[in-house]
Amino acid sequence: MVASRGSSSNSGRIPALGLRVLGLIFISILLMYFDNRDNHLNTVRKSVGAAVYPLRVIVDAPVRFWGWLGETTASRNDFQLELARLRAERLLTNARLQKFNALEAENVRLRALLDARTQVRDKARVAEIMSVDANPYNHGLVIDVGTQDGVFDGQALVDVDGVVGQVIEAGLMTSQAMLISDTDHALPVEINRNGLRTIVVGSGKIDQLELPFVVNNADIRVGDLLITSGLGGAFPAGYPVAVVATITRIPQEPYAHVTATPAASLGQVREVMLIFSTGAHESDITADD
Amino acid sequence: MIRDRASRRMPVIASFIFGLMLTIMPLPDAAAVFRPDWLALLVIFWTMQLPRTWSVGAAWIVGIVLDVSQGTLIGQHALALCCVAFVTVRLHLLMRVFPVPQLTATVFPILAIYQFLLFWINGVAGVGAPSVVYWGPVVSGTLMWPVVMIALSGLRYRTRSG
Repeated sequence: MVASRGSSSNSGRIPALGLRVLGLIFISILLMYFDNRDNHLNTVRKSVGAAVYPLRVIVDAPVRFWGWLGETTASRNDFQLELARLRAERLLTNARLQKFNALEAENVRLRALLDARTQVRDKARVAEIMSVDANPYNHGLVIDVGTQDGVFDGQALVDVDGVVGQVIEAGLMTSQAMLISDTDHALPVEINRNGLRTIVVGSGKIDQLELPFVVNNADIRVGDLLITSGLGGAFPAGYPVAVVATITRIPQEPYAHVTATPAASLGQVREVMLIFSTGAHESDITADD
Repeated sequence: MIRDRASRRMPVIASFIFGLMLTIMPLPDAAAVFRPDWLALLVIFWTMQLPRTWSVGAAWIVGIVLDVSQGTLIGQHALALCCVAFVTVRLHLLMRVFPVPQLTATVFPILAIYQFLLFWINGVAGVGAPSVVYWGPVVSGTLMWPVVMIALSGLRYRTRSG
């Protein structure tokens, strides 16, 4: 095991090792302090992140290749089935959309009557999720767009069913996002049925969210749809978040124990939409209760 | 002379890049918590073998890259890897003459220190502390050590890297 060559030069006392370690530890602590306080180190993150980008692409490549192989070798029959399914789906969606146009027009009219600002439609951009694990203890994902595509920190991520999460760190070409199921994530929502406002907090489980601040006598039922309220400014209003799953009211405690199931299947998303919201100001027009 | 030095360092750098790829590779959730700390193992190996070229400074840089790719606090893994390198440099003469089982038994507490430092910093920064599976990488890392060592020794003597 002993080195055959250069062993004499590569062993023995290293000069000022302790001093170097102390210096590096000090620098690390300083870096962590500044990183934790305010985001002073974004430029460092971005530049080092750009260096990690090719690695992410390489790691992601086999999964992508596998998907591509599956698509190219799929049989004609499969494609036709898929096509038929998509046609049916498109018909349904279009039918619903016709109604939506009418509803939107009606909404604009009513808002004009109420003298409120009109709701602007949000712009969106599709992003693909890279098969890269960020950290097993955070519920997060890496998406294949970055600041050069206009992504910014705090941007909302939704998929076809509902809110998925938000961008926590926009890199140059890839960005990291946090899922709403992360324990560090909190999201202001309202109940679609009656407009009751509360906060949804991640539970650390991918298929469960918690509502820790619902008072015992609040009007909330199992099956209620929770939508983003637009308060807090990060998420545009009106996107479905979760469905209330269980409610446990404990008489002597101030808050009921409420859990909800995310509307989006967080564990299975492959593509997400990034919302370029102009509607962060919508919070101030919902002062109707 | 300089070109020679660079070419000797390439295999080590390549091994770190490969280790980073293993670290960000997707795994099923059940296996991900037992993903060994590949970069910590690499730092231990290279520091033990070549403490003059690869010690605390290199470990620190590797740690910064790891911090950015994992999205943790910048400096967290850097600090922990730096301490790992320091302990290894201090013990490297002993560790070189240890037989494999004893060496593996030495790697275990070093990995435990590494994981504990990360845990501690998480606690100070207020990042949620996970359950007992948090210590999974220490066990899996120790189990992987003999494999890593044999592979890297092969690489080292084949390429005469330094």
